[in-house]
Amino acid sequence: MNPHQHLHVVPARYPARTLGAVVALFILAGVVQSVAFNPRWEWGVFARWFFDPVILHGLGQTLLLTLLGTVFSLLLGGLLALARLSSSWLLSSLAWGYIWLFRSLPLIVVLIILYNFSYLYDTLSIGVPFTTLSWGHFQTINVLGQFPAAVIGLTLVQAAYSAEIIRGGFLGVDHGQVEAASALGLSATRRTFRIILPQALRAIIPTAFNEIISLAKGTAMVYVLAMPELFYTIQMIYNRNQEVIPLLMVGAAWYLIITTVLSLIQHSVERWLARSVSREPQPSRWRQWRSRVTPLNPVEEISHVRSH
Amino acid sequence: MSEAIDYRVAHRTGAINITGVSKRFGKLKALDDVSLELEPGSVTVILGPSGSGKSTLLRTINHLERVDEGFIQIDGEYIGYQRRGNTLYELKARAILRQRVNVGYVFQNFNLFPHLTVLENLIEAPIAHRQLSKREAIIRAGELLETVGLRHKADAWPRHLSGGQQQRIAIARALMLQPRVMLFDEPTSALDPELVGEVLDVIKKLARSGTTLVIVTHEVGFAREVADNVVFMVDGKIVEQGSSAQMLNHPRHERTRRFLARVL
Repeated sequence: MNPHQHLHVVPARYPARTLGAVVALFILAGVVQSVAFNPRWEWGVFARWFFDPVILHGLGQTLLLTLLGTVFSLLLGGLLALARLSSSWLLSSLAWGYIWLFRSLPLIVVLIILYNFSYLYDTLSIGVPFTTLSWGHFQTINVLGQFPAAVIGLTLVQAAYSAEIIRGGFLGVDHGQVEAASALGLSATRRTFRIILPQALRAIIPTAFNEIISLAKGTAMVYVLAMPELFYTIQMIYNRNQEVIPLLMVGAAWYLIITTVLSLIQHSVERWLARSVSREPQPSRWRQWRSRVTPLNPVEEISHVRSH
Repeated sequence: MSEAIDYRVAHRTGAINITGVSKRFGKLKALDDVSLELEPGSVTVILGPSGSGKSTLLRTINHLERVDEGFIQIDGEYIGYQRRGNTLYELKARAILRQRVNVGYVFQNFNLFPHLTVLENLIEAPIAHRQLSKREAIIRAGELLETVGLRHKADAWPRHLSGGQQQRIAIARALMLQPRVMLFDEPTSALDPELVGEVLDVIKKLARSGTTLVIVTHEVGFAREVADNVVFMVDGKIVEQGSSAQMLNHPRHERTRRFLARVL
């Protein structure tokens, strides 16, 4: 006989928590109501412009800038990080100097200097400095237009931040891993890319996505080059039709969507990288959802087992 | 015992010659004029209190640590140098990596690559060195996993294994390159007591395979059972060395006697 059978269990209750949640929901409802039913938000105008080809073109430019900025800054940042970690005193000081300079300069200053590069240098040439060797001359004004200047500016500044993020990830990997790889005679390149980098990525990814997201929004800064990306396009439109708020909401909604997509990508990348750590890897959200919608046919499962 | 690790018996390679090696870390003299000669295929246990330079000595044999003075040779080849006539040229990093292929190293903390599966850990180095094709490497990995009794764990992640299993995998990984010399740096110190035995059993199997083994450990019972020679170090110097029976039963030096009395 269980002597505790007649006992009755009452779970702890937290009335203050419930009250807090109700108040929060009430406030949220108020905000939604005021945004949805105040005619001055002009949701009709919002809907008219949301998929407008001009806006979509601007969006495309923003996405392209983000993509190119991310790729180039990660490449350059990776090289800078390796240089800073190098045992060569000269290389690591030069990399430190670069990072110091471009973390100090505001992006807007870098962009404007690049845009006015043709004032400083009429022509650009590819060759070896201090010699007469040269493979080509270009008019600066033709080469360094709005788009290249924007990409280069974003890359130069972003690379300085990426370098520190990547370096931090490398420093976080246990030194024993380097020693084990050396003891097996793995070359420096193989050590870096096969052993250290994959482990560093787990520390790099969250911060790197922070940077990519701020870059996506930071591309708005290139409006100083009069480049028609999303934000500049929106400004041009509301300066003409004076529908400031609805058009800003169009931009805000698109930035929200970009950030959401990036966050989803981040989530799945992190899950993939964590596969060697978690004890019971969960199936991806998509698979969970699919198996709920179409449950596995039990007959099918048996035949699957038999086939082995 | 599978034949997977018997391959060196015929060759009798893996002689280690250490001559007058010294190494400083700042003010600390970690190794002080150490000389040691180890026969091919012999099993040597290095004993000594912590901080006596045992691990440093082991690391210099693999050139994980560069020596300040003295020379280390494996089968007559200078570690870290190339001899031409009477001149020794310091080797570049790439050539040192090639020398390391002859020397397996097992770490106290296993240092398996956590982002690679057990099988990937094993086949990484022979493939990187183009010693074996991927298929051959997988076959040899299977044999070695069999030897250490972990064939069923080939596709596991290292973090999901016990410490003893991880260390056995680490030993198999080092054996993949068919080294002439295997160095063990306190291979059981990071293990729970009940897991020590399984790792020592694997090392015992190796002891009969003809590979030269150098083992830094605190397991005196294991040394008695397996070692041909025992070396006792204090403060970066070799105090005493000899056959394991003589060293463990009739140590000549007072310092050795005191150490053994404490650990036994």
